[in-house]
Amino acid sequence: MYAPSSVDAPRIHTPDFITESALTIPIYGMLGEDGRPYEGADPSGVAKEIVLAMHDAAVFTRLLDERMVAAQRQGRLSFYLTATGEEAATVGSAAGLEPDDMILPQYREQGALRYRGFTAAQFMDQLFATEDDLGKGRQMPVHYGSRALSYMTVSSPLATQIPQAAGYAYGQKLAGEGRCSICYFGEGAASEGDFHAALNMAAVIRCPVIFFCRNNGYAISTPVSEQYAGDGVAARGVGYGVRSIRVDGNDFLAVYLATQEARRQAVSEGVPVLIEAMTYRLGAHSTSDDPSGYRSRKEEEAWQRFDPIARIRAFMEAQGWWDAERDEALRQGYRDEILAAMKTAEAKPAPSLARLIEDVYAAPPWNLTEQYEALREQVRANPDAYPKTAGRIE
Amino acid sequence: MSRNRVLTGSRAMVEAIAQEMRVDPTVFVMGEDVGPYGGIFSSTTGLLDEFGEERVRDTPISETAFIGAGVGAAMAGMRPIVELMFVDFFGVCMDAIYNLAAKNTYFSGGNSKVPMVLMTATGGGYSDAGQHSQTLHATFAHLPGMKVVAPSNAYDAKGLMTSAIRDDAPVLYMFHKGLQGLAWMAAPEGASTEVPEDPYAIPFGEARVVREGGDVTIVAISMTVHHALAAAEALAKDGVDAEVIDLRSLVPLDREAVLASVRKTGRLVVADEDYRSFGLTAEIIASVAETDPGLLKSAPRRVACPDIPIPYSRPMERFALPDAEKIRAAVQQTLNRAVA
Ligand SMILES: Cc1ncc(C[n+]2csc(CCOP(=O)(O)OP(=O)(O)O)c2C)c(N)n1
Ligand SMILES: [Mg+2]
Repeated sequence: MYAPSSVDAPRIHTPDFITESALTIPIYGMLGEDGRPYEGADPSGVAKEIVLAMHDAAVFTRLLDERMVAAQRQGRLSFYLTATGEEAATVGSAAGLEPDDMILPQYREQGALRYRGFTAAQFMDQLFATEDDLGKGRQMPVHYGSRALSYMTVSSPLATQIPQAAGYAYGQKLAGEGRCSICYFGEGAASEGDFHAALNMAAVIRCPVIFFCRNNGYAISTPVSEQYAGDGVAARGVGYGVRSIRVDGNDFLAVYLATQEARRQAVSEGVPVLIEAMTYRLGAHSTSDDPSGYRSRKEEEAWQRFDPIARIRAFMEAQGWWDAERDEALRQGYRDEILAAMKTAEAKPAPSLARLIEDVYAAPPWNLTEQYEALREQVRANPDAYPKTAGRIE
Repeated sequence: MSRNRVLTGSRAMVEAIAQEMRVDPTVFVMGEDVGPYGGIFSSTTGLLDEFGEERVRDTPISETAFIGAGVGAAMAGMRPIVELMFVDFFGVCMDAIYNLAAKNTYFSGGNSKVPMVLMTATGGGYSDAGQHSQTLHATFAHLPGMKVVAPSNAYDAKGLMTSAIRDDAPVLYMFHKGLQGLAWMAAPEGASTEVPEDPYAIPFGEARVVREGGDVTIVAISMTVHHALAAAEALAKDGVDAEVIDLRSLVPLDREAVLASVRKTGRLVVADEDYRSFGLTAEIIASVAETDPGLLKSAPRRVACPDIPIPYSRPMERFALPDAEKIRAAVQQTLNRAVA
């Protein structure tokens, strides 16, 4: 590589500018649309248990998403956001990691969290802000977090997790325990300054971090054609000196193998790696969004045939690992479990009022104590004006 | 002749923007989802159809880019209106706001100006937690160089937007989501108002007495104006006659309107949805106290969000946010605890 000032750089004698087409990035894919491996693609490196586990987590996530969108429509919770169509990207990448590698999510990565073992009850406790929620009912729906599962609590402002991931990974490298971090973000978030700042720094100071872009075609209503003029996100990595690959994001095997290899390089060489997973957001951005104003039904339907779950299922069936009966049993089991967990969560008490002022600081300073006392007094004087927190205001 | 119709807050804002765009080709709009989507909070609905995508620009997801670009375009002689989707996201683009938009005029010796409107959604009450529900009035009002306005109803929303666009200074236009008349978020009665069709401008720095009364002054802004009015109605039943003042703009601040009212009532409650400490509530009380500490017959009270991130849990959020009940209780305190 030539430094800009290198005296050895070859010289040209006409003012020729390099265009983005000088670098054409291929897409790494293992399985075709029909679930059959491409010629020259060898899936034998992916163990049967891994494939079944990925499929399992993806099916759970799909069913959870379907159920919660319905619940939101019924007014049972304020907000929800699906990962429909992106399960291979999130689950496949999580499968390519070690369980204690750190995950810094954007917000659409429930599949990765599920792969790590987050239970139906834990999802519901967060979504319904019960007293058992790990985040104590504070963060908005879908903004999960689990210290036990090395999943950083989601933060709403876009792309702010990317520099943090570089730093987290740098810390892991200094600790010398052979771990790395993965940082998820959308192609929209990759336009934020934080993306660029983080990639450059991670490359320069050598952080073992996997930057994982879910390129799902949209940032709310903004299509990629209005998001960037260059060749997607992968091309940028090259400019920063970050090894980069573009993957078929609806192909579990390709995502899994690419992430596994990225992890190997990140940890063994102490470098950042960028993966751009090409996928499609099959659902609305969130329950607050209606995509019919900015994209056609036809376009959505065209993408249905790339459904990652259907593709991996076809692969599993061809291997003799799966059949319709097992599929239905899995789905029915999860439907029942999810519904039961939702009902349980809805019946649980909300966190107690005292939790309002905990964790702002290690110990509440006088202003918080006074404000809390005033609130308690307010509730005591007007018990009917305020909701119950299981009668545990005292 | 100008017709009056009842409009929602967002319709009123859009009308002001469209009317200015029709007469002033330098006005254009930039932001996330402002085009076909019409703004997440319907603040740009229909503008794309009328003015096309050169003047109603969806941008890449980078507030640093489009707010910084807004400052540049403003200095080039345009009047950009840029939308920061939620005020909570100011962190990623603050330099363009407080070091550029707010300071460029001053540091150029007055030779440059930045006639940019930054409109942004504030407020909670819909279970979206502390990175989508903040109000942050004081964060911006604290920093010199920007005007800061926050309408409480559709009539003011239009008039203040017109003034904001015409102003040569950068203006932060903070609209509360709960006052926009959105399908998914109930607005208080009184948020949608009659709005004249013809353009009109409401000067900055003029508070409005929205309810006259002689016993106590309640100073409010944006959503808390509605809480204050509800509290005043409840207090009237107890024989307490409260005066309610809608500040409408924080910068410039109509201190005289507050003083005039307190001279009359001798009692003061300030209500703001922003955090309690170091905020608007303290500023109003200080400005009264330092002008004439003898005006107050009892200790002033403030009603604001506690100094905590706003929680998602519905009951917890209800406890945290200001409401009419809390304002009423604060008024009672100013009446009972007279300073001898
Ligand atoms: C700093 C910031 N700006 C704007 C938003 C509002 N917002 C939330 S999600 C989103 C789109 C993000 O798109 P992308 O990164 O592609 O992720 P996707 O939703 O497609 O998974 C926007 C603009 C935000 N949360 N934070
Ligand atoms: Mg996207």
